[in-house]
Amino acid sequence: MKRAGIFDEFAGGARAMAPLIVAVMPIGLVFGAVAAAKGLSSLEVLLMSALVFAGGSQFVAMDIWTHPASWSALAFSGLLVNIRHVLMSASIGTKMPAFSGPAKYAAMLLLADEIWAMAEFRAGGTRLTPAWYAGLALPFYCVWVLTSLAGSIAGAFVGDPKTIGLDFAFPAVFIVLVMGFWKGREAGAVLAASAVAAVIADQFLPGVWYIAAGAAAGVAATLFASQRREACA
Amino acid sequence: MTLDPNTLLAIVAMAVATVLTRIGGLVLIRFVTIGPQQKRALDAIPPAVLMAVIAPTAFVTGPAETLAALATAIVATRLPLLAAVATGVIVVAVARASIGA
Repeated sequence: MKRAGIFDEFAGGARAMAPLIVAVMPIGLVFGAVAAAKGLSSLEVLLMSALVFAGGSQFVAMDIWTHPASWSALAFSGLLVNIRHVLMSASIGTKMPAFSGPAKYAAMLLLADEIWAMAEFRAGGTRLTPAWYAGLALPFYCVWVLTSLAGSIAGAFVGDPKTIGLDFAFPAVFIVLVMGFWKGREAGAVLAASAVAAVIADQFLPGVWYIAAGAAAGVAATLFASQRREACA
Repeated sequence: MTLDPNTLLAIVAMAVATVLTRIGGLVLIRFVTIGPQQKRALDAIPPAVLMAVIAPTAFVTGPAETLAALATAIVATRLPLLAAVATGVIVVAVARASIGA
């Protein structure tokens, strides 16, 4: 690919990601402030956001943080909260023919819900290139790390993003993407099964098991539907 | 700027756990042959995971969130992503302020 082509692809990815980049700013600030309140230094906050780069598990870690920190409990909770990434990388991994082997693994190091969702959407319409993916991932990553750092320095001055509704920005993006998947009866069955299972699991199970429950129910629904179709044919 | 050794160990352990989940799927699809049935299962993952992530917020968190989710979904059928997200954020803020949720 020509140089200009790569730049255009990168810019395209970054443009597609722009609303999510704006939405992650207050969340990064709040994370930094929460972590500072738990006694983490700015350097420690910077390292956590840069190395872990998984908002959900970082907030859960702050919930169960102890002094001194228990590495085994924190690693285990990180594993549980992020187990959905296994499903996401398995799914997007089959849609990356433009990536070399090492590039695929490198890209997965920056996998996050928002980046994965935008990449899936892109791959559904056209060829997902490494440059487009980098445009999605790198600005988002930098903003997450820098706003966490800023939040830890600003500390208590950071307000609650709930009052201006910014905590709803991520669910809203996911709702828009779900609407894009709403095609035909079979997709409807997947979405319905996933929603019901996730809501029930959320009521009765701790933590983020509801995501695994919804994913399993959705996959089961599609397999059940295809089996029935074969039985009818 | 201080760096506690226990904190550093915890951060590195969390990072390792997260990296394992991120590359886990790539490793998985190398060892599983993708036939039509596996392909269907993989295709169902994106909508199923996205729906599972939003379902508790959209349906059982509170009336403000449900209302905003509905507004976002309706706007999304007509307008681009940014407009739909802005609608959701504005509706949830106004609804929370007016019903005190």
